Amino acid sequence: MKVDKQLVDKLANLSKLNFTESEEQEIIKDLNKMVDFVDKLKEIPVDGVEPLIYMIDETNVMREDEVKMEITKEEALKNAPLADSDYFKVPKVLKKK
Amino acid sequence: MNIYDTYEVVIGLEVHTQLLTKTKAYSGDIAAYGGEANTHVSVVTLGHPGSLPVFNKRTLEFAMKMGIACNCSITKVNQFARKNYFYADLPKGYQITQDKTPLCTNGYILIGEFGKEKKIGITRIHMEEDAGKSIHDLDPFYTLIDLNRAGTPLIEIVSEPDLRSADEAYDYITEIRKLVRHLDICDGNMEEGSLRCDANISVRKKDEKDFGVKVEVKNMNSIRNVKRAIEFEIKRQIDAIEKGETIVQETRSFDGINGSTKSMRSKESAHDYRYFPEPDLPPLIVTEKMIDDVKKEMPALPKQLMHKYIEQLHLSVYDAEILTSEKNVSLYFEELITKTKNYKSAANWIIGPVKEWCNTNAKDIFEFPLTTNHLTEIIQLIDTGKINFTIVTQQLFPALLNEPNETAEGLAKKLNLIQQQDSSLIEALAEDALAKYPEKVAEYKNGKKGLMGLFMGEVMKMSGGKADPKIATKILEEKLNGG
Repeated sequence: MKVDKQLVDKLANLSKLNFTESEEQEIIKDLNKMVDFVDKLKEIPVDGVEPLIYMIDETNVMREDEVKMEITKEEALKNAPLADSDYFKVPKVLKKK
Repeated sequence: MNIYDTYEVVIGLEVHTQLLTKTKAYSGDIAAYGGEANTHVSVVTLGHPGSLPVFNKRTLEFAMKMGIACNCSITKVNQFARKNYFYADLPKGYQITQDKTPLCTNGYILIGEFGKEKKIGITRIHMEEDAGKSIHDLDPFYTLIDLNRAGTPLIEIVSEPDLRSADEAYDYITEIRKLVRHLDICDGNMEEGSLRCDANISVRKKDEKDFGVKVEVKNMNSIRNVKRAIEFEIKRQIDAIEKGETIVQETRSFDGINGSTKSMRSKESAHDYRYFPEPDLPPLIVTEKMIDDVKKEMPALPKQLMHKYIEQLHLSVYDAEILTSEKNVSLYFEELITKTKNYKSAANWIIGPVKEWCNTNAKDIFEFPLTTNHLTEIIQLIDTGKINFTIVTQQLFPALLNEPNETAEGLAKKLNLIQQQDSSLIEALAEDALAKYPEKVAEYKNGKKGLMGLFMGEVMKMSGGKADPKIATKILEEKLNGG
């Protein structure tokens, strides 16, 4: 797999991120290095090995439907980059007509 | 022939229903509608690093109930999946949903007139979570985010493209809404968004085998608007095809004010959700026992009750439809018929005076002041001739509503409404009445049978309207014909 400008553009679009031309070049280089590194794993034969999704063997880990309120509104808003006393604030999602 | 009649309409609906659990799908914060902004939250809801979801058992129970009610197969091995997209009201950056292993598959529901129903296939029902709310018009420079709704459990019910008209779509959502309310898993409120519907609509010439290009319509916040949106969209698509245009696959938004749809986004810029298995939630294995346990908890469904009322209790389709249209009405009726065997009368009391009280007071039948014991008593009082029907509806029933702590018979006695059934007393009255009109008695005996009304009137007058008319008639006839 090769990371190219087209793929980075697509990922940037999906993640709502913007890069300058030079940043993008750096990212393409970095991502390709990472992919090459992970590609080494392909050298190991995995025929007949089920993909490992879960780190534990447990199933049906469920909780009862009981309310447990652990944080307040103030705590919830505290770590936001931008908030007022009630809401998280984010850049306008809808463009003005 | 009308040009519109040469086309066939193909509709599939996706219905999202918010489940009435106390807490969210994957965390213990409150899932109730409304509340002060950003107070129903937890670290999981907020998507804080290191926080881990734990699945709410009741979400599974509720989703299974709907699956069973829709005649679905229940999937034994369930996985969750991450549906990735970036939006401010989804703090984790992905929605936890089910992708390849929906909990329920391959079912159907019946819509339309009783006895002539049409089967509408249910492709799948899966469990997922809701996003938060974006508020665009409160602040001039920013979009405000309220995460109270984020993480609330949803089920998405996907139909087969089996619906052929706006009316069928209307019937389908009405039936889904009736089911979720009957099962007590969702309040079915489309205005508040606890039941939401997206419609996939396409048209094709009647002899065409392939489906036309489908358009998805969103933002219809009432069952009526679903119908309006579909009607508009059918006409728009046929008009476009007739003009030689091609339909583009896109998502359109319904505008309730002018009843039209407009383009939101085309499929080219569609999301790539990059689904993958959610490693933070271990698989759910549904056993036969779990399915049986849920089945045991389920009430009889509206269609089953319809069959029972029509085939066993011999009620009309009309009566049965009203009695099963709302869950609480059917519960009240079910309780009533454990106490009286006069089913027709029981149905009439609920469909008539009780429903009228609910409508006038804009209240649910569960707030109706009289118990099923009251109604049982009333039915019995009428059936045994202790009190006549008109007096009950005009006097006893309104009086009982004001004094629901009284028994029906007790209050009838207090108000002196019980009919005189003591035949010796009525006999004495009858003798007095006949003695009063010796000439009329002679005329009667000569064949003027119409005079019976006069004698009856006299007996009723003397008894203060309380003589049992059946007994009075019988005694008068005996006296006149026998002597």
